[in-house]
Amino acid sequence: MTIVYEKSKGLTDVPFHYCPGCTHGVIHKLVAESLVELGVLDDAIGVAPVGCSVLAYKYFNCDMQEAAHGRAPAVATGIKRVHPDKVVFSYQGDGDLASIGTAEVVHAAHRGEKITTIFVNNAIYGMTGGQMAPTTLVGQKTTTSPFGRDEAHCGKPIRISEMLATIDGAKFIERVTVDTPANIRKAKKAIKRAFECQIKGEGFALVEVLSTCPTNWGLTPLKALEWLRDNMIPYYPLGNFRDFGEGK
Amino acid sequence: MSKVLMKGNEAVGAAAIKAGCKFFFGYPITPSSEIPEYISKALPEAGGVFLQAESEIAAINMVYGAGGAGARCMTASSSPGISLKQEGITYIAGAEIPCVIVNMMRGGPGLGSIQPSQADYYQSTRGGGNGDYRTLCYAPSSIQELVDYVMLAFDKADYYRNPVLIAADGMIGQIMEAVEFKDPEPIDLPPKDWATTGTGGKRKPNVVNSLYLQAEELQEHNKNLEAKYKKMEENEVVYEAFGLEDAEVVCVAYGTTSRIVKTAIKQAQAKGIKVGMIRPISLWPYPYDAFKKIGDKAKGILAVEMSQGQMVDDVKIGIAGRLPVYFNGTQGGMVPTPGSILADIEKIAGGAK
Repeated sequence: MTIVYEKSKGLTDVPFHYCPGCTHGVIHKLVAESLVELGVLDDAIGVAPVGCSVLAYKYFNCDMQEAAHGRAPAVATGIKRVHPDKVVFSYQGDGDLASIGTAEVVHAAHRGEKITTIFVNNAIYGMTGGQMAPTTLVGQKTTTSPFGRDEAHCGKPIRISEMLATIDGAKFIERVTVDTPANIRKAKKAIKRAFECQIKGEGFALVEVLSTCPTNWGLTPLKALEWLRDNMIPYYPLGNFRDFGEGK
Repeated sequence: MSKVLMKGNEAVGAAAIKAGCKFFFGYPITPSSEIPEYISKALPEAGGVFLQAESEIAAINMVYGAGGAGARCMTASSSPGISLKQEGITYIAGAEIPCVIVNMMRGGPGLGSIQPSQADYYQSTRGGGNGDYRTLCYAPSSIQELVDYVMLAFDKADYYRNPVLIAADGMIGQIMEAVEFKDPEPIDLPPKDWATTGTGGKRKPNVVNSLYLQAEELQEHNKNLEAKYKKMEENEVVYEAFGLEDAEVVCVAYGTTSRIVKTAIKQAQAKGIKVGMIRPISLWPYPYDAFKKIGDKAKGILAVEMSQGQMVDDVKIGIAGRLPVYFNGTQGGMVPTPGSILADIEKIAGGAK
């Protein structure tokens, strides 16, 4: 018998708690596979956020710390300074990283902290039941923007990748998504590259992954992927913003 | 070893390095800035890492990460900065990460002043963050004691897997005194086999965490913490006391205030008044049992603190209604005078109203 596919050794056997159609599972898999393929799973130390992926410490098969809301880059900094030879990553959502934790991620990038951040952007607060996020699109209805996000009232959604790409210490910044097999492959490539950035000692690396929240968007999983393509990608263009190898 | 003349804040840094602290994360604030200043030079020279964080919040979370990763680490600040750290401290207590936190207390509330204060007593002893937790808390009254207890704090933190707080008033940080760096009594410390160091493929993953979504599990975690705190209450009470058996008046004070009280006590004794004293060194656990040693001649207790009267609550718990409790307090960065304390002692000895 030939094994054509198996679950990554970078994941534990604990079943995910994620909602049906949520893309956190795919992103977890890509991170786990990247750590295994780079041969650094046993040297990896991850930091879980507060939000939907708060239980990520149960799923990644490596040492993990659970951070306070938004503080994962600071916690990862502490770990990396103690263990500069280990591979340290944070896994954060958009409420965690783009709202309450902006100071921590901006300054981790500024210091050129040699950590890798996986930033999952689904344009909403999922865990708390679908409130407006800093990444919520203009006009998007949430439980705290019942009339749709009003730009005059609370501004436009924040583009984290573009902002961090202006920082010298950030050596790899790329925005990807996981709506199709082709895009999943591209996302995997970017995540691996972000870990390589750390392993080579280049500096801070972040991959922003556009993700879906069928439950709180009120859409089926397939419709949610369509919504992501039609609404999120035009505002959050996919692509690389900085790469240590290309001098950009 | 010979004595050296050191400023309190610099002595904190020197003591931490001597105790094997390898990582310091901090943010400048008066009157404790000399701690990061001193340690930014001395710690790298000792093979450690100093990192100036973008905020007090980031600094305490870096401590969470570094302590969780198994390192001896610390942060230091003054009152408003310590307020910012409270979120991190409750997470650290919940995840049982050893670390040392130094607070050179200044006047409050809010931005307050930069002069010495003891008005963070509640925050230090009752826990400023959310949830049921306790931090071992030492209040040194001299630079020598500051050095001794900073060094001891690292051992206690590792022994109990708990944050240890040094609550000193700003005066202790700013004055200079001769100090000697003595090695603390060696204690057997458990291995940090829970720390995040990378599995190396040799063990199951370690998780440093304070989240327990099942109520039953969280209660169990809390009961374990409670048992640890009880052990600390049984074993970690430290205080100085004298003259309790035949005292007419017993003064209670800690830190800088206790030194001023001692001056007032000498003046009272010269006038023929018998005055005893309890000087808590550990603010939590508090030396409640010391109050049982107060004899029958006592007419009252005088608590002195640079606050509106915070430790006085613990004095009342300690004396359990046996004697009247009086309070002499200064606020906002004002320091009490021996004269005002002496006047209160005389009033109590003569039968205060």
